[in-house]
Amino acid sequence: MSARTVKLHEIANARSGDKGNRLNIALVCRDPAHYSAIARQVTAEAAGAAFAHRKPSRVVRYDLPKLAAFNFVLDDVLEGGVNASLGLDGHGKSLSFLLLDLPVEIES
Amino acid sequence: MGAVVRIGGAAGFAGDRTDAARPLVEALARCDGPRFLMFETLAERTLALSQLERRRDPARGYNPKLDRFIGPVLADCLRHDVRIVGNFGAANPRGAAERILALARERGLRVPRVAVVEGDDLTGVLSAGELAAREIDGSMLRDANEIVAANLYLGAAPIAEALGAGADVVVTGRVADSALALGPLMHAFGWRQDDWNRLAAGTLAGHLLECGAQATGGYFADPPHKAVPGMADIGYPIAEVDADGCVTVTKPEGTGGRVDRLTVTEQLLYEIHDPAAYLAPDVTLDLTGVTVDELARDRVRVQGARGRPAPETLKATVCVDGGVLGEAEISYAGPNAAARARLAAEIVTERVGRLAPGLAVRVDAIGILSVLGDDAGAFARRSNAESDDVRLRFAARSADAAEAEILLDEVEALYCAGPAGGAGVRRRLTPRLASASCLIERKYAAPRVTMLGGGA
Repeated sequence: MSARTVKLHEIANARSGDKGNRLNIALVCRDPAHYSAIARQVTAEAAGAAFAHRKPSRVVRYDLPKLAAFNFVLDDVLEGGVNASLGLDGHGKSLSFLLLDLPVEIES
Repeated sequence: MGAVVRIGGAAGFAGDRTDAARPLVEALARCDGPRFLMFETLAERTLALSQLERRRDPARGYNPKLDRFIGPVLADCLRHDVRIVGNFGAANPRGAAERILALARERGLRVPRVAVVEGDDLTGVLSAGELAAREIDGSMLRDANEIVAANLYLGAAPIAEALGAGADVVVTGRVADSALALGPLMHAFGWRQDDWNRLAAGTLAGHLLECGAQATGGYFADPPHKAVPGMADIGYPIAEVDADGCVTVTKPEGTGGRVDRLTVTEQLLYEIHDPAAYLAPDVTLDLTGVTVDELARDRVRVQGARGRPAPETLKATVCVDGGVLGEAEISYAGPNAAARARLAAEIVTERVGRLAPGLAVRVDAIGILSVLGDDAGAFARRSNAESDDVRLRFAARSADAAEAEILLDEVEALYCAGPAGGAGVRRRLTPRLASASCLIERKYAAPRVTMLGGGA
């Protein structure tokens, strides 16, 4: 078995949701066998770093092993949220793909 | 096997497809047992916009697409006893109910019993100051001049009550989205208001249905990894729920989309924060024990929701005037487009800085960085980004429309005074609503159910 590095996008799915200025990203393993590799590498810190330019005040990762999924919650990254943001995507709907851009090493 | 209640999720937001309900009703009409059709059409801001519309015309203020959502299926729902539950009442549930009765009359249908659920509107119940004292995560309301809309999230009990009184259609304003499914389940199974695990399961069913196609392959496709067949005719979800709260998600035969572990799990966690404590008006839902199992093609079982007592307070969304958003765009294409766009951004930023010094301007470069940037100027920082087709977008907000117009005028002036080849200016000024969340004591929630039409 050798290890290779892939983008998270190759092995996992993600969907963003918003409430005010808070973003959640559900991350779902396409193959549950990748759960532990993702758990080890895609930490709350790693997610926070991917969003550094949006200055999250808090990042929490909730683990859902029975669903082979994780829920990331990032506070204050939506530049005010849908009612206040100057950006085109005040909901942060596109931001799930920022997380999916992270590298992850898997056995192949 | 005991009775199964079937609920179709026909709409997930005010702008959803209006032809999605028909295949659901056709599928439900072929089944036995209690059947319901649920429409969720009321996002946070939609209600405040509806309130503004009602101020202009007291007969309006309900979902403007009501006829198009309900019209195609009302006759079949009445004929086959598929009962409709929707929050399309928005700021005027009574107006929506009257319109549904008129629709039935125009089409020569039997007069339906239409129940109106009211009591979510807090204006007249709590003053601006009392709302401000209950705001969470901020203090926006303290400085607000005028409350545009303030609405509590009501729970499922008044919906169950309306169905118990024989409603063919239940029209609500603001209720928890998931209550649109939990209400029918409480009614059909006689679930008690402290049967936390079952209320949790019903809330989960509602959560899976409340965004329509988002449970059946909508908002999922990313080919080739995530292929979804037949998206132009995607089937909206049906939840089959048994008396113990076990939920099977499926969709109408012959429609597009897909229902499997991956599509359902994405929706399961949509807009969830702490999965052990999803707060709804009727129950605190714990999703950590939930499992998602594929039973057959396009059939997924979701079970294991646990419930704890409902939160002591209810959430309310309060909207106030948010000034205006000014936006203007201009395109640069062909060789050296990015450099010309960059120069245009510098010119506008410099001139607006002089003419309206307080106005913060955001610049996006569609074609390079349209949504993943930030207010602080991610485009400017990516000084080496190239593209042969860039659409610059400028945005600013202000309490004063004239100030925002200064930005729009400066973008338009690029036509003659900016870099070469600037093209296709579009500009617009949009009134904004700002919203805050409040936690409200339950004593201020007094839901009322009124029956109109055949039951009056």
